[in-house]
Amino acid sequence: MSPQPAHDITLMVNGEAIAESVEPRTTLVDFLREALGLTGSHVGCEHGVCGACTVRLDGVIVRGCLTLAVQCDGRRVETIEGLSDSGELADLQAAFERRNALQCGFCTPGMMLTAQELLAAGGVPSRDTIRAHISGNYCRCTGYHAIVDAIESVAQARAQQG
Amino acid sequence: MPPPPDLAEIDAPTRTVRAPTMHDSAVRHVCGTAVYVDDIREPEGMLHAAVGGATVAHGRIKRLGLDAVRAAPGVVLVLTAADIPGRNDCSPVMGDDPIFAGGVVEFRGQVLFAVVAETRDAARRAVRLAEIEIDAEPPLVTVDQALAAESRILPDYTFRKGDSAAALAAAPNRHAGTLRIGGQEHFYLEGQVALAVPGEDEMLVHSSTQHPSELQHTIARMLKLPQAAVTVEVRRMGGAFGGKETQAGQWAAIAALAARLTGRPCKLRLDRDDDMIMTGKRHDFRADYQIAFDNDGRIQGYDVCLASRCGYSADLSGSINDRAMFHADNAYYLPAATILSKRMKTHTVSNTAFRGFGGPQGMLAIERAIDAIAWTLGRDPLDVRKRNLYGNGRDMTPYGMRVTDNILPEMIDALERSSDYRARRRTVAAFNADSPLLKRGLALTPVKFGISFTNTFLNQAGALVHVYQDGTVHLNHSGTEMGQGLFIKVAQVVAEEFGIDLDRVQITATTTGKVPNTSATAASSGSDLNGMAAQAAARAIKARLTDFAAAEFDVPAEQISFRDNQVFAGNTAIPFPDLVHKAYRGQVSLSSTGFYRTPRIHWDAKTATGRPFFYFAYGAACSEVTVDITTGEMKVERIDILHDVGRSLNPAIDIGQIEGGFVQGMGWLTAEELVFDAEGRLLTHAPSTYKVPCASDVPADLRIALFDGPNREETIYRSKAVGEPPLMLAISVFAAIADALHSLSPGKSVPLNAPATPESILHSVKELARA
Ligand code: FES
Ligand code: FES
Repeated sequence: MSPQPAHDITLMVNGEAIAESVEPRTTLVDFLREALGLTGSHVGCEHGVCGACTVRLDGVIVRGCLTLAVQCDGRRVETIEGLSDSGELADLQAAFERRNALQCGFCTPGMMLTAQELLAAGGVPSRDTIRAHISGNYCRCTGYHAIVDAIESVAQARAQQG
Repeated sequence: MPPPPDLAEIDAPTRTVRAPTMHDSAVRHVCGTAVYVDDIREPEGMLHAAVGGATVAHGRIKRLGLDAVRAAPGVVLVLTAADIPGRNDCSPVMGDDPIFAGGVVEFRGQVLFAVVAETRDAARRAVRLAEIEIDAEPPLVTVDQALAAESRILPDYTFRKGDSAAALAAAPNRHAGTLRIGGQEHFYLEGQVALAVPGEDEMLVHSSTQHPSELQHTIARMLKLPQAAVTVEVRRMGGAFGGKETQAGQWAAIAALAARLTGRPCKLRLDRDDDMIMTGKRHDFRADYQIAFDNDGRIQGYDVCLASRCGYSADLSGSINDRAMFHADNAYYLPAATILSKRMKTHTVSNTAFRGFGGPQGMLAIERAIDAIAWTLGRDPLDVRKRNLYGNGRDMTPYGMRVTDNILPEMIDALERSSDYRARRRTVAAFNADSPLLKRGLALTPVKFGISFTNTFLNQAGALVHVYQDGTVHLNHSGTEMGQGLFIKVAQVVAEEFGIDLDRVQITATTTGKVPNTSATAASSGSDLNGMAAQAAARAIKARLTDFAAAEFDVPAEQISFRDNQVFAGNTAIPFPDLVHKAYRGQVSLSSTGFYRTPRIHWDAKTATGRPFFYFAYGAACSEVTVDITTGEMKVERIDILHDVGRSLNPAIDIGQIEGGFVQGMGWLTAEELVFDAEGRLLTHAPSTYKVPCASDVPADLRIALFDGPNREETIYRSKAVGEPPLMLAISVFAAIADALHSLSPGKSVPLNAPATPESILHSVKELARA
């Protein structure tokens, strides 16, 4: 199969306007990593199971390995790098550090985006709700306990601050 | 006996060591700025490789048609065995792992060729165009088939203590059983990956590997280069668990071959399905045992045959099966024992290291035998366990090493109390009496895990420490970081030695260019070995600084001390960087290597006796589960763990290892199932079909405590190894499931095999009903 003609796309990535030419079958995560050098989104399974490639598309988390770059034409993509720079994740990042909610760290960026989605809904979710919400993000190192602790502590702190 | 510990030294206050410091890469991980091999900025002109594998499990290659592959768009080069200038082998020991298979294929997916192309996509697509014709022969897939065919990869090996046959014949009670124990896929989140960058005469390889030295040697041998011309570097891995000890070699070798032949950098990142099909896993076992015991449940003799599926080549199967034998006693004194190990050759991927390294399988068999004693005698399994622990006058293992550091009686008593075992035992019994369909089970099981590579010479490590003129310290050692927190622990040791803040110590990537001839980061030995080596290097520099300061300030060397970023010389204090700068101008060397080898261990393979382990790490776990006997579903209600890490170097890191190890062990014993079909095809070759634990699978109620006691041996700050032992705490979950099922037919043996998936549980329920 020969390479198909490239498509021109324009999109916002972490608040920056990007215009690039991509092959139709290039996935979003490959595009971010290879064309834009945003390597904080990781490639674990390449077929939508592990969650390491989780990014935000128009405010909703998606799997970067199941989303095509061309689908993002005219849309808004946010990655761990952008959310980290903007400070949106600062308390969650601090909680992950404090609770040692990471070991090899390969799952961490995706895990944090997924956790932030739950936290953004507000309130203090139960531990079971937290567990269910992150159960599409695999972590092979930590056994999840520390991750749930970290997310729960942020939910409580945010609720207190109102 | 170890020398009595020097309590003053053990209890001396520390500044950085023993603090629950966060992982050195934590900030990078949460920001996504930690660089893994696949994240290294791609060098100009980099090519990508992809591999093609055998389409049958066993046979002779008739034709390998690669013309269409070569002609595919973007393809630069196609590599086969014929392109290798040196030795076509990436095995650790035996010379039996071809990088590219030539005449014969011995497992489905065995690599036959590689495509090197301008893009990863082009390489992977071109692979599919190969025309592979193989004269298929019937494969041996299972352990049973291999046993029937007497197909061995290595000779049998036996430990013998006393006359177990006589003990079995004479005993008032006997039980015989068979337990099948499944394997396990590592599922490191970061798959296998390597990037080779050619130099003038040299080759630099970035690889996600636990064993840079072995890769260096493999690549040098393959390319006919001197070892000195090949450098292998690894900053971090995205998980490894044993799966990147030998298994990283082939991909690094292929990337290096492509780089050598094209003169361009080349990266090979395995597709996840390929990774799961082409790399080895935990060995699955069949354990056939007989146990003899008195009316109090005391073991009189134990005979076990541990037969494992090694796959098509030896890899590390020798040592792995040895370790299964070394742990066939787990924590129990066996007056007489025959431990026979069979290392079976099958036409499946070559099984390899995985956290525990055979130990878990050896332990699981005797834990089942202990349960069978309790079931036969109508006792609480915990009482039978306690009765059989090593103790005074009952301290000789089946391999001639005395257990002198046993703390399990104390630990089990403590856990029995803190978990409220006895009261919960009564509650569980009452629950089961009233509940026909849901059954509760409870179990408290111990772990005793031997620490040291059983291949004695591997117990060595090196370090390289530089102090620069601004007083900052560059730290390098032979260990690799796979998430386990080794780098931070060793940095804590070095900071402690110089009395400086941790952020003055620069942690650097492992490279064969700085510390040569290293052992794999494996066997839980990372901080034991590298902590000591780095401490030795730091002490050498500190000794020179001390001598210099003594002369400079005219005080005796005993009055020089390093603390709080200062150096104290009698009544004078000088900032550490200032002293360093003065020492530099005083022509003092500020760089040193350090070396460590574990003392007092030895092993005689001929007589199967010796002291293979420096010490044992201990733990105990109590698990409660609920099983639905109509669906086979299982829920873990509560876990209590008490684990021994000696005096912890870093309690936060150690607790993380315990949490993660336990859950990984639980996955192995309850959910993760590798299924091969009769043709040797792995059917569970992706996370969509192979089930690793996710957050909602792990117990909500998990209570972990560290057992506080110094290592009786002189390890680094009297800590203990922690990487592997916690995995085996999960045996309590498996035993609790068996306990729940036992309530269906008290007195009968529960025929539950591992993993205890819902299917396996239902099968067991049916068998019990039939019996
Ligand atoms: S890489 Fe996308 S879900 Fe695993
Ligand atoms: S920290 Fe390694 S996979 Fe989560």
